[in-house]
Amino acid sequence: MNGYSLSHLKELEAEAIHIIREVAAEFENPVMLYSIGKDSSVMVRLAEKAFYPGKVPFPLMHIDSKWKFREMIDFRDTYAKNNNWDLIVEYNKEGFESGVGPFSHGSKVHTDIMKTQALLAALDKYKFDAAFGGARRDEEKSRAKERIFSFRDKFHQWDPKNQRPELWDIYNTKVQKGESIRVFPISNWTELDVWQYIRLEKIPIVPLYFAKERPIIVQDGNLIMVDDDRMPKELAAKAQNRMVRFRTLGCYPLTGAVESSATTIEEIVEEMMTVTVSERTTRVIDFDQDGSMEQKKREGYF
Amino acid sequence: MVDEKLDIHEFLNRDEKKNLLRLITCGSVDDGKSTLIGRLMFDSKMLYDDQLSALEKDSKRIGHAGEDIDYALLLDGLKAEREQGITIDIAYRYFSTNKRKFIIADTPGHEQYTRNMVTGASTANLAIVLVDATKGVITQTRRHTFLVSLLGIKHVVLAVNKMDLVQYSQKVFSSICEEYKSFVNQLDIPDVEFIPISALKGDNVVEKSETTPWYQGKSMLAHIETVHVGSDRNFDDLRYPVQYVSRPDRDFRGFCARVASGIISKGDTIMALPSKKTSKVTSIITYDGELERAFPPQSVTITLEDEIDISRGEMIVHPDNLSHVERQFEAMLVWMDEKPMNPHGQFYIKHNTNTTKARFDSIRYKVDVNTLVKSEVPHFELNEIGRVVITTVKPLFFDAYKKNKSTGSFVLIDPVTNNTSAVGMIIDKIHADGLPHKITTADKEKINKGVGLISEQEYQEQYNQKGASIWITGLHGSGKNELAYSLEKRLFEKGATVVLLDGSSVRSGLSKELDFSPADRAENLRRVAEMSKILNDQGIITICSFISADDMVRKQIADIIGKDRFHLIYMDADVTFCKNNKPELYERAEQHTISNLPGVDCAYDIPTDADIVCKPQENEDNGSLILTYLADKGIFPVG
Repeated sequence: MNGYSLSHLKELEAEAIHIIREVAAEFENPVMLYSIGKDSSVMVRLAEKAFYPGKVPFPLMHIDSKWKFREMIDFRDTYAKNNNWDLIVEYNKEGFESGVGPFSHGSKVHTDIMKTQALLAALDKYKFDAAFGGARRDEEKSRAKERIFSFRDKFHQWDPKNQRPELWDIYNTKVQKGESIRVFPISNWTELDVWQYIRLEKIPIVPLYFAKERPIIVQDGNLIMVDDDRMPKELAAKAQNRMVRFRTLGCYPLTGAVESSATTIEEIVEEMMTVTVSERTTRVIDFDQDGSMEQKKREGYF
Repeated sequence: MVDEKLDIHEFLNRDEKKNLLRLITCGSVDDGKSTLIGRLMFDSKMLYDDQLSALEKDSKRIGHAGEDIDYALLLDGLKAEREQGITIDIAYRYFSTNKRKFIIADTPGHEQYTRNMVTGASTANLAIVLVDATKGVITQTRRHTFLVSLLGIKHVVLAVNKMDLVQYSQKVFSSICEEYKSFVNQLDIPDVEFIPISALKGDNVVEKSETTPWYQGKSMLAHIETVHVGSDRNFDDLRYPVQYVSRPDRDFRGFCARVASGIISKGDTIMALPSKKTSKVTSIITYDGELERAFPPQSVTITLEDEIDISRGEMIVHPDNLSHVERQFEAMLVWMDEKPMNPHGQFYIKHNTNTTKARFDSIRYKVDVNTLVKSEVPHFELNEIGRVVITTVKPLFFDAYKKNKSTGSFVLIDPVTNNTSAVGMIIDKIHADGLPHKITTADKEKINKGVGLISEQEYQEQYNQKGASIWITGLHGSGKNELAYSLEKRLFEKGATVVLLDGSSVRSGLSKELDFSPADRAENLRRVAEMSKILNDQGIITICSFISADDMVRKQIADIIGKDRFHLIYMDADVTFCKNNKPELYERAEQHTISNLPGVDCAYDIPTDADIVCKPQENEDNGSLILTYLADKGIFPVG
């Protein structure tokens, strides 16, 4: 050994910084999509690192489905302000005004209108030619095959059969007008890597990740938190306080909590090492049908 | 996997220090490759319970493993592939043990998917090549091994799988190993290990198995946990390909890059390529504080002592250790596109952070990946591999792939479809005069027609100018030559490539036999015009300084040169001025010792279509006027 070796996390960090800088150098109008989740928090820190001591040369964009946990929105606004980010918040106005939501329309319609459609409209509105996402390949089967620089046609569609070969660390960034690239700088990170990095780098995350007594109802086996008064009264009435935390964050009626007593990152990791369910199972949208994530991704969902 | 005795803090502190091994598994659908990966992941406990229960459910529905859990299903990501029963693209898998983290590139073994294997191999430190013990070393094994060696992987494990089906026979194992050794000796792979396994039964995958007491080596997992890959990186030759220039304010200029190879230290004297300007590293900056030195694959930002101009795509090196800086090289190319290669086409080439255009000079040969036999071909199709000579428009800063993966690799992008058409590994720099000057069929056609092999655009990019004729007309003594010569010097100093033609230079040789009769004057000018055209065609700017008194003749000249390249400058001086300026010829004309001097005994047609009219008294300004005109027209520099 010559002393010139990096730990796996430092190697992953160096890879992500290289990817982020490549996008800033080669695209005219990139954006970083920000979901407020832990993976996004890591990605945002990597962007800050990539351009330090300069300011990050692209904005953050959050697609607000209007059904996010309130703590997420507070966290988002505080973080962006404290860290001097340009923050864009977009939502599907039409969908919102006509009252689209998971309780009234079901998870499928809600996700399509308030997330996928809202995202596509926002990407078109600002004519972004590259959009960063915090997806990881170990999250879900169809992600394992996605490129780090993932091409989208002008309808934002992903064609899993026709992906550009990606070799070494040379990324093909060529797009025609209207086409775009989704970029996943933490593709090669695992869930443990993300937690470990948050721990080492002391990255702030939404408090919902830590266990606390919260008002919970049980629906189809999922532990759903009562976050506001839009939850139908007959359901909200059944709420009981339980010690829970969230392994992923999304729209509150679609994101199941897990029973937990983990109040520190170390305890979360310890729990994770012995968990009985993988990460995305607490997201209700994945269960629609076999291969449903792939379907959504083809249509433009992140 | 959490050791009972380790508390979580200790576990995380150890985990933080693990390093990463990237590996690729090569084998066909039937070799049990997916089963091996599934086994490595399962037995290192990285499968979650719900993945397992889904797996059991899926195995019963569409599995191929009978009553056993079909680990292969775990890895088949996409729906269409599941239905076909094969993995058709590359998938990345992650698992970790107490010693190391692993990223597995899972790639298919079908012949038409060379593309995917090459992709997976490009980032791998180690390759597991699977053979079926009942079949031994087959064509496909050779193909996979060749690709692994082509992509420069230094560590190979030959996993002889399905040992259970040959009664764990040492004899079978040894004869497969011997056959493989004799093949692999022809290739450049320094470290080869042989392990007898049964992926299905788990023998020698994670734990050493009792079924093979004759086997002295490690289990698969133990081997990949401990194999030393740290010295595979190049720490000798500093290559710092500038990726991004950070200028948050006027006082700070940081050059961001991922160290491709070598070590850069604070205080180092560095040189920027291609400018060859030198400076010193004043700081190595990261978000987590300044560093004394940086090494691959760190992403850092450096600042320099001097304000030298370095842009993205340029390369920082140590002055005593330069990369090649060349426009031409040889490379092994893998064709990745459904669309076959157009050997006469132009491509974008992306090499490190540098993108320029490239074309093929010649195709040396194609290699048959099964037999390694070389043959001449007119072009490559999808999944074909061969050796080519490439010329780029801008110079690249490269090393041989064998010495330096990062500066020796590139991709070619189709300028129409934007697809990644091909990927290449540079063999070594080839001196232009060492090249065979092999001329393609298309080149021959061009040469027969007298068409050059260099395009107008290539001339433009090389010279940073457009071929054009600056034709200065005016009476004898009007100051044409003063303007022409000073203009030539000023253009030359700005880096233009210029040729000056005037009466004395042309008449001393090319037009030696001609006199000053109107007919011979016209012939002289025709010759000059033709010559100027040839020079313009090859990207050169010409300055032609001739009286050229006849308007008709000037129009013919414009036709020869081409109207868009012909730029007429009129030196507007009357005869009185010219006589005072250069009296000798005028006196002789008045004494009739010479004849046909325009303005005296023959007419000078004042041009009405001049692009610029110059007054001789304002010589300095006239030059500037023309330089501005050339810049405005995008002639020099190219706009």
